[in-house]
Amino acid sequence: MTFDIYTLIYSIITIFFITLIISAAVTIFQNKFASNNSAEDEAIKQVNSLLPQTQCAQCDYPGCTPYATAIIKENAPINKCIPGGQDTIKELANLLNTDELPLNSKDKQVYEKPMIVKIQEDSCIGCTKCIAACPVDAIIGAPKQMHAIISDYCTGCMLCIPPCPMDCIEIIEKPNHQII
Amino acid sequence: MKQYISIIISAMLTNNFVLSKFLGLCPLFGVSKQLASAKNMAYATLLILTITSFICYVINYYILLNLDLIFLQTIVFITVIAGSVQLLELLIKSLSPILYQVLGIYLPLITTNCAVLGLALIISRDTQYNLLEVLLYGISTGIGFGLVLILFAGIREKLEHNDIPEAFKGTSISMITAGIMAVGFMGFTGINF
Repeated sequence: MTFDIYTLIYSIITIFFITLIISAAVTIFQNKFASNNSAEDEAIKQVNSLLPQTQCAQCDYPGCTPYATAIIKENAPINKCIPGGQDTIKELANLLNTDELPLNSKDKQVYEKPMIVKIQEDSCIGCTKCIAACPVDAIIGAPKQMHAIISDYCTGCMLCIPPCPMDCIEIIEKPNHQII
Repeated sequence: MKQYISIIISAMLTNNFVLSKFLGLCPLFGVSKQLASAKNMAYATLLILTITSFICYVINYYILLNLDLIFLQTIVFITVIAGSVQLLELLIKSLSPILYQVLGIYLPLITTNCAVLGLALIISRDTQYNLLEVLLYGISTGIGFGLVLILFAGIREKLEHNDIPEAFKGTSISMITAGIMAVGFMGFTGINF
């Protein structure tokens, strides 16, 4: 192919316009589809919305959002949520398009029905240690006064049971009444 | 009608891009460790293959041929492919952030997939195809690519639980498996229409 000036001009113009059109398309769509949160934060929000929000730390992460963050960022296994159970694992597997795993409850107690806790009044000494432990503020009481658990707020995370020096917190089945 | 069917069958099975032409081996070995990620990669590559084959054919036929600029094919096609992958990435990011996270780095890696550029160049090599045939070729190539990817991912998942000799563990057994699959797909060369 012999060199001639028309080929040079045409090739420069062609490449210029094709690149211009493509860059324009990408830039326009970038601004149109730009969202405030990054894709990662959106993904974390979606995963967190499937978790039961008991903040019980039975998954070895300090709450439901840290567990969701670990699932997205560090590829944590999706089968660690005990209160969520197999249903949550199935929903997470569907959302993340990955395989459903069996529940990993190595040394933790798995309950069939939703459970809450109840303080046995005659043993309570009013030490407020359980109030400090409760992540959802479901225990009312004051120092040296008797403590009580509001059953509608209790999520059954069992975080109040280890701190109690009297071992007076028992696990009962969640009753069905609602707050008016 | 017959030629459409022959294009579809040849692009999917007989002249499969991965196992007969050996293009696109990087995602084949990279993404196929889990079936789920292989599926997502197959869908994304199918989309890119269809769109870019269409756009590259149009550019080649109406612009490059008329101006006698065939030597610019590679540059122009790569620019189109890179732009399309960027647009697809933006689309996926806004429609489903979860899918975007799951695909991760493999989405921009479709730009460097030999099969995409290879398809564009093969279509533009002889100007014997019309627009509909090019579209069918693109879609069938994507389906064939996805088919091989998913099959290979399934085999590879099972391979993990098998008793493989120490020298063959890891990538070696996967490559041998891919070779045997290629020989298996050679059996399709007997189909004629």
